Amino acid sequence: MKLNKIFTVSLLAVFLFMMSACSNSTNGTNEKNQAKPDETNTAEVKDLILTTTTSTQDSGLLDVLIPMFEEEQKNTNVKTIAVGTGQALEMGVKGEADVLLVHAPDAEEEIVNSGDAINRKRVMYNDYIIVGPSADPAGIKGMEVKAAFKQLFDKDAVFISRGDDSGTHKKELGIWKSIEITPADNKGYAETGQGMGNTLQIAAEKQGYVLTDRATYLAQKDNVDLDILVEGDDDLLNIYHVMQVNHEKHDKVNSEGAEAFVQFMIADKTQKVIEEFGKEDFGESLFVPYTE
Amino acid sequence: MDLLIEGMREAIEMLISGDPEIFEITWLTLKVSLSAILISTLIGIPIGVILGLTAFRGRRLLLVLVNIGMGLPPVVAGLWITMLLWRSGPLGSLSLLYSPFAIVMAQVLVSLPIVIGLTCSAFQQIDKNMLIQIKSLGATRFQTVSLLLRETRIAIMAAIMAGFGRVIAEVGAAMMVGGNIRGETRILTTSIVMEVSKGNFDVALALSFILMSLAFIITFFLTILQQRNKKQ
Repeated sequence: MKLNKIFTVSLLAVFLFMMSACSNSTNGTNEKNQAKPDETNTAEVKDLILTTTTSTQDSGLLDVLIPMFEEEQKNTNVKTIAVGTGQALEMGVKGEADVLLVHAPDAEEEIVNSGDAINRKRVMYNDYIIVGPSADPAGIKGMEVKAAFKQLFDKDAVFISRGDDSGTHKKELGIWKSIEITPADNKGYAETGQGMGNTLQIAAEKQGYVLTDRATYLAQKDNVDLDILVEGDDDLLNIYHVMQVNHEKHDKVNSEGAEAFVQFMIADKTQKVIEEFGKEDFGESLFVPYTE
Repeated sequence: MDLLIEGMREAIEMLISGDPEIFEITWLTLKVSLSAILISTLIGIPIGVILGLTAFRGRRLLLVLVNIGMGLPPVVAGLWITMLLWRSGPLGSLSLLYSPFAIVMAQVLVSLPIVIGLTCSAFQQIDKNMLIQIKSLGATRFQTVSLLLRETRIAIMAAIMAGFGRVIAEVGAAMMVGGNIRGETRILTTSIVMEVSKGNFDVALALSFILMSLAFIITFFLTILQQRNKKQ
């Protein structure tokens, strides 16, 4: 009997612990819910699902911007889901997200034309660069981007591709297409199917070339033994847009919060923060303000 | 090797400096995994007992399903739950996706079969003669089960521990259904994945030590509970 008691008592203890934990957390939300009406006279805190690319999260930009936005919009709770641009857009098309912050202009126009996204605004840009081993075995340093891609293909250099339908991957495929090359034919071409950070690490291990956005590269610079080889080409501009999911097509969308977020992203105050972001840590801005 | 020492130092520093975010993440991890294993235990043991003691049509098929479930890949569980909880999905109106509740759901889904399966096999090993003896002494059904639960205590604690191991180690489903949202659904495993992709290996390593300590402490207590009074 004694053992049984011990077992029951300990189970009960765990259960009570859980209950207290749960009630703590509900108290927490209640406080949050109660505190907010006093300031805004709105009873409910609504979730806003933001799907975005890994680059905005991994660079740390959203950790600065989201608290600012939530401070402004007291009754909005932003849920940031950082995925590849392909998935981010797809979630918009399915109405699973409220607002999108992405960087694949051609694919974005498609979902605006299909009526899934509205109110699309340009926010900022940074640029893509080609990085590779400092020894540069394929000899592409300083070349134009298309010529560099051709050279990499001709020399069958190790090229590490995202392969995940992200904005960067779409950009890379666009460049290959413009020079009419199917890169997968090459033995040196590999797809990781992972985020930019992981792909850079794999490229560094394999001493391969990779097309990356500058922000992620700068954030990873100390970890990866790769140098910038090609930069500054007009073709390499990486433009970010924000847009809200059309509430007329998807009725569960939080359109109020989404519209507020779009406005927030292009507001002067936010643009200033974007401009300053990263200067302290990296000596240069990671993103450049670029509204219409 | 340097990185390892660096990571351990960082872990200790994080804990000493009392970084509130680390505590929040650790606390959420604890809450989520303990809720999940508690639910799995409360549901799984009764089902396991029934499956182990009784005979009915379709029992064998059920057992096969449970045994497959023991190896259910977390990403599969995550994908299913995501589709269930999508706004366009059957439970969409509850807006549970990207909440700790969704993580608990996914973790229950992967740990429940383990608890059921191991409980069931423990009960199947009970000596038939003992069952007859208990019954002949006039025990009620409740008395029988509680007596047998005590008898199989060690195996049942092992079932709970195996389930807990699955839950605390789980990352694929938590990433999908939780979304790794800062301050809401970021747990230790998903932050480790994120810190690695950011290239912050020292932070990732520090978090891994915290996770392992957590797993150690809880498994330690469960083991003590399991081995207690063994000499008697």
